[in-house]
Amino acid sequence: MEKLSILPSVLSPASAQADRIVSLTSYFIVAAAIVLAIVIGSLVYVVIRFRAKPGDKEPAQFTGNKVIEGFMIGVPTLLVVVFMYLTLDTMADVLPPEEDTRPDVVITGHRYWWEAAYPGTEAIVANEIHLPVGRRLLLHINAADVIHDWWVPALGAKMDAIPGRTNHLWVTITKPGVYDGACSEFCGTQHAWMRIKVVAQSEADFRQWVARKEKAANPVLSASAQAGAAFFSRQPCGSCHRIRGTAANGAVGPDLTHFASRKTMLAGLMENNPDNLRQWLTDPQHVKPGALMPRFSYPKDSINVLVAYLSALK
Amino acid sequence: MITDVEIPEPLAPLPGATVNTNQGLLQWISSVDHKQIGIMYLLMTLFYLLVGGLLALLMRVQLMVPTNTFLAPDSYNQLFTMHGTTMIFFVLTPAILGLAVYMVPLQIGANEMAFPRLNAFSFWISFFGGFLLYFSFLAGGAPDAGWFSYAPLNQTQYSASPGIDYYCIGLLLSGIGTVGTAANLVVTIITLRTPSMHYRYLPVFVWMVLIDAFLILAAFPSLNAALVMLLVDRQLDGHFFNTDAGGSALLWQHLFWLFGHPEVYIVVLPPFGVLSEVFQVYSRKPIFGYPFVVGSGIAISLLAFGVWVHHMFATGMGNTVNSFFAVSSMLIGIPTGVKVFNWLGTMYGGSIRFTTGMLFATAFLVEFTIGGLSGISFAIVPIDWQLTDTYYVVAHLHYVFLGGSLFGLFAGFFYWVPKISGRLYSETLGKWFFWLFVIGFNLTFFVQHILGIIGMPRRVYTYPNLAGYSSLNLISSLGAFLMGVSMLLFLYLLYDTLKRGKRAGDNPWDGYTFEWLASSPPQLKNFTLLPPVYSFRPLHDLNHPKIGDYQKPDEEKYGTKDVD
Repeated sequence: MEKLSILPSVLSPASAQADRIVSLTSYFIVAAAIVLAIVIGSLVYVVIRFRAKPGDKEPAQFTGNKVIEGFMIGVPTLLVVVFMYLTLDTMADVLPPEEDTRPDVVITGHRYWWEAAYPGTEAIVANEIHLPVGRRLLLHINAADVIHDWWVPALGAKMDAIPGRTNHLWVTITKPGVYDGACSEFCGTQHAWMRIKVVAQSEADFRQWVARKEKAANPVLSASAQAGAAFFSRQPCGSCHRIRGTAANGAVGPDLTHFASRKTMLAGLMENNPDNLRQWLTDPQHVKPGALMPRFSYPKDSINVLVAYLSALK
Repeated sequence: MITDVEIPEPLAPLPGATVNTNQGLLQWISSVDHKQIGIMYLLMTLFYLLVGGLLALLMRVQLMVPTNTFLAPDSYNQLFTMHGTTMIFFVLTPAILGLAVYMVPLQIGANEMAFPRLNAFSFWISFFGGFLLYFSFLAGGAPDAGWFSYAPLNQTQYSASPGIDYYCIGLLLSGIGTVGTAANLVVTIITLRTPSMHYRYLPVFVWMVLIDAFLILAAFPSLNAALVMLLVDRQLDGHFFNTDAGGSALLWQHLFWLFGHPEVYIVVLPPFGVLSEVFQVYSRKPIFGYPFVVGSGIAISLLAFGVWVHHMFATGMGNTVNSFFAVSSMLIGIPTGVKVFNWLGTMYGGSIRFTTGMLFATAFLVEFTIGGLSGISFAIVPIDWQLTDTYYVVAHLHYVFLGGSLFGLFAGFFYWVPKISGRLYSETLGKWFFWLFVIGFNLTFFVQHILGIIGMPRRVYTYPNLAGYSSLNLISSLGAFLMGVSMLLFLYLLYDTLKRGKRAGDNPWDGYTFEWLASSPPQLKNFTLLPPVYSFRPLHDLNHPKIGDYQKPDEEKYGTKDVD
């Protein structure tokens, strides 16, 4: 684990775009602090200096001063012009048009999880999304149902995933690491547990990872896992979930081809381990109420073999 | 020099229910008197403020610790939806309408609104709109898609409970009432001013209400149309916003924010007017730069219709669109800054009386500046891309709605309660309330800026135990409880004022405008005789003939004299 010297935030960037936004933000913070200091400073002065004292007469009834009004309008106008320039400049750098480039990753928001596909490869993953460092990446952002929003603070701008539209983001990651994010547009019951984990790694590691994810599910060996595989294929699981290399090819729920290689499950809700998986398969609506997974009321034995099967899908 | 003019009064009484003056509730229900309707608006505001505040406290209990299970996710989503909807449509909007309906006729020297029965109709339809919205709790579930109710989450396949249908009808009814009152206020201000009150002599509050009424007339139809379209989608299988059937998700956002952003100014301009009165009277000086204070209000109202896309910078509409709305949104900062500095100028050189009303006005200057500055960060598109839809927005909007509108309304409450009730409130209680509320408010919302910056999205029913999240949320929740306690104190203060308050007399603050000429509380007929108006402080002219503005030439009344 990396040591947390400061809280991970929009102010600790790990991409060129986020870095650009941080410099703009710091100019803004300085300007805003000066304005606030002027207002509070003059207010404190006025409050102390012009507090009513016993026996005060009505003060001088002056009604204004054109020169002062000129400053009140002129100085903010100057500030606006400066920040207008900085804003337009940064916008053009951070999010230029996509110009028919092939996206590196296609991200789709679902209720309540994230899917990432890597065009040009077979790899499809959920929630834990790997990206290479040091290369300018084009992300396509789509939605399968309602509006979601892709946001990983360390990587820069957020972008809405809107049904019927494809949005895009440019990201040039500068530092390897694991970056947290979350869906940032209210999308229904489980909006809170639609978290994102981005693993940024070197180009070589990333290629290896994609190569692993491209493969079909590895054959399961243990008897219980095989029983689980048989149960999975008899039940309607495959109409929502995909396990490449088997008949299961649903596209509604997360791809389970390499389910066991994920560190967390249910979009960051809990650690991915057999106990949590058993709990989830027993009563999904108790673990994550509102998730689209129905409660099937399978007998305990069947759930145990399902757990064995899914836990073997490295 | 000052001679009285008689106030015109209709010869025959208005047709309507004839009731004796002491029939209790029936007299209120059947009333078309602008003062009674204003008071009913304000009571409705207080009621919904307590209800909406209670919803907020429940939310803060849920968010006090990470992965809390105090509330189920669906309940939390209904609560935050109802909290926002209530506070915007049934607290702030009726509060500004209530103050306007009560004070505008008094300040312009009229005895009634232009359309007294429309006034009653507008109030009651808004009132019942609120009941209908809350009835959804009993009818199968409150609306749960946020007060903004984004498409396609607002469609039946994603929100099956009838909550959003009640949201549509409830808001439509109250929206009709709001438009009715706005039209009424416009006509009242244009036609019923005492003859010598030219527009350049209108009290600032009346100016702000006039501008505001036009804003309402232009903005609410967009919401009302969108609500009807949504209802058609849900009840008649229309496809305006149903993306699964080829509708547009963004169309809803455009229609909603074309109303929604002006709505922010709708609920803040009248409090600006209130504050302008409060600063003048308690500083014992005329407002600094009257034409600039009024003119900046007009500028804000015009810009209001060209900024709505700053709520949609993260929808991917492209840099051309975003640039236009970034610039227009930044421009709003200029007239707003002009106002803040003119209020400072009003205090400068004065003899400031720090009553509770003035304390709220003074605190407003700080809180609203914080809210205004954090607002600028959303006009700077790349910063918006990082911070929109996080707790930073929650902090910002509460600094504007509470630190701006509500502080202004509290300042107005303490300024005008002696007029409305005829009794003085206890300054000791008032000051306790002020400090508890201000400390609670800042505890609750200041830390939310940081929560947003460290990555906490808004509208989440719970959150993982990440670094910083737990302690900041705990502070925020404790602050919310402090605000809750202070509201109990406010209720006691209200009770104490009505029960034990000293008689206020007609003009306890030595006020400047005509409401202080009427008795406290004003009688059914506000005025019989009024002096002619020679400045925007007619009562000051009358009571302080030696230093009155009436003897000055116009440019000195306004501080627009050319500087040599």
